[in-house]
Amino acid sequence: MWQQHLAILPILIPLFTALLQLLPWGDRPQPKRRAIGLAASILTLVASAFLVIEVNSQEMLVYLLGNWDAPFGIVLMVDKLSAMMMLLTAILALPVLVYGCYSEDNLGSHFHALFQFQIMGIMGAFATGDLFNLFVFFEVLLISSYALLMHGGGKFRVRATLHYVLLNLLGSALFLISVGTLYGVTGTLNMADMAVKIQALSGDQAMIAKAGSLMLLVVFGLKAALLPLHFWLPQAYSTTSGVIAALFAIMTKVGIYSIIRVYTLIFGADANELALVAHDWLWVMGLLTMLAGAIGILAARDLRLMVAYLVVISVGTILTAYSLFSTQTTGAALFYLIHSTFITSALFLLADVMAFERGKTASRIVSGKKMANHSTYAVMFLVAAIAVIGLPPLSGFVSKLMILESASANGHNFWLWGAIIGATFIMLVAVTRAGSKMIWHTLSGKPSEQSAPLGKRIALASLLLVSLVITLFAHPIQQYTQSVADQLERTEDYPKWVLKAPEVSDE
Amino acid sequence: METLYSVTVGILTACSIFLILRGRSFPVVVGITMLSYAVNLFLFSTGRLTIDGAPILGTSDSYADPLPQALVLTAIVIGFAMTAYSIILAVRTRGEVGTDEVSDSNSEDNR
Repeated sequence: MWQQHLAILPILIPLFTALLQLLPWGDRPQPKRRAIGLAASILTLVASAFLVIEVNSQEMLVYLLGNWDAPFGIVLMVDKLSAMMMLLTAILALPVLVYGCYSEDNLGSHFHALFQFQIMGIMGAFATGDLFNLFVFFEVLLISSYALLMHGGGKFRVRATLHYVLLNLLGSALFLISVGTLYGVTGTLNMADMAVKIQALSGDQAMIAKAGSLMLLVVFGLKAALLPLHFWLPQAYSTTSGVIAALFAIMTKVGIYSIIRVYTLIFGADANELALVAHDWLWVMGLLTMLAGAIGILAARDLRLMVAYLVVISVGTILTAYSLFSTQTTGAALFYLIHSTFITSALFLLADVMAFERGKTASRIVSGKKMANHSTYAVMFLVAAIAVIGLPPLSGFVSKLMILESASANGHNFWLWGAIIGATFIMLVAVTRAGSKMIWHTLSGKPSEQSAPLGKRIALASLLLVSLVITLFAHPIQQYTQSVADQLERTEDYPKWVLKAPEVSDE
Repeated sequence: METLYSVTVGILTACSIFLILRGRSFPVVVGITMLSYAVNLFLFSTGRLTIDGAPILGTSDSYADPLPQALVLTAIVIGFAMTAYSIILAVRTRGEVGTDEVSDSNSEDNR
């Protein structure tokens, strides 16, 4: 039966596509590469959608790689959270790739191959159930992101990439140290098995494991752009090309996913001496991240920089909500995660087409020439702004309301309500200012003659449309994220599933 | 043996952190390379240090844990590739920006 291999398909499809993309493909390779890339992205999307349906009925898919039994070999462990994140990645990748196919891919070499490797790394990080394998997939996605980040070249891009690469190399070294420490005390790398072994630790061993787990938080915090580790993000995201920034909207979510996975499953409520080691840190850091992001958007003089800080705020919001550690807030935070991924991605693309049509003033927040498709972008900006700020009636409002409502049951509401509503207000001020400067206060004279291709606008519109769809289908999506959170809380089920996973048969 | 080993790892890590905190990209790259050596040694030791132990059960009295060795191998490969990449990138930045200072002093205004 092919369904048993479903868990690995979203990793294998991009892998083989990337290899295909590396072939020469004759004199005019680009049209062929685009066709292959789009077909593969659609296939990945279909596979991920099937995965979500399958996981929804079976609770969890465990795939033993090479049929080695669970704690010894590497397993793929796709629960509802993983499946959701994989579908999210696949849905995001398609419009971004369509956008990239309009000559963005000619700016540098191997765009299509790197794009697929990137997707493969992200999918793998979501699917794996092994801590060291998580490191390997992190490296896969990082190595392709290093190359993609400087796609198109240029002075500032190369410099920002150097900083990003060096920081992440440091992060990788720390990751290895913490994984080594945890292996040293528990003797296993399988996450579900480690969750069992961690419960038995006490005394010195528990302290060593605690050091390892907090170092792991530093690593994931760096990926997620949590407060003291967020400084790389604005520079990297605002200097890279729009299509890459839009794809990287999912990258911080990989960090967030890893935090949720590790600190719920391994260091969750059942971990005895190590129970909830990270949650107090996450609570404080999350609130401060929101504050830092809010200051950032007020100070930003460039639309792309502003969107990058909006990403920082969204990270803060999700992690603060998660740190309350109740199923309701986690479910609400996951809903917000889906919303913020699409909307920040759409904003990066919008900033990119606007910068292109404005010509010299690019994406700086100053009055400039009227754009060729002025009214289209004005409407798009309005929709995106309403969604990202969290004004009714779009998805931002719905998801923030869910977080606020679920938090009020936990008694922490003063700080959380203050931070989220305060950040929303500052976002309102900053985004409104940017919109009025760039769209209303245009210079007199004839509009710009450069017009972005229709396909780019359609790709952009479809990302915005996803936000509308999230609003319309808020209830089923909310039910799903809630069931994800419920499943995450039942950590005692994971070892049962993973360690007794059936072998993959030949038929 | 354990003391000597841990002191070695400690000194390597300390030196690499010192280098990483420098303000120019070349020492930082060297520091990260050194850190990856320290990490590899550290990973190797997580399976406990044993002498005369084959990583196969039943071939000798004591046996070594094979898993950290496999991990180190993976880490070496990735670390080596990344070092090569970061050196190229540092050289290119030096060529395009004209300096290898890491500081951010005037990049905002020139954009």
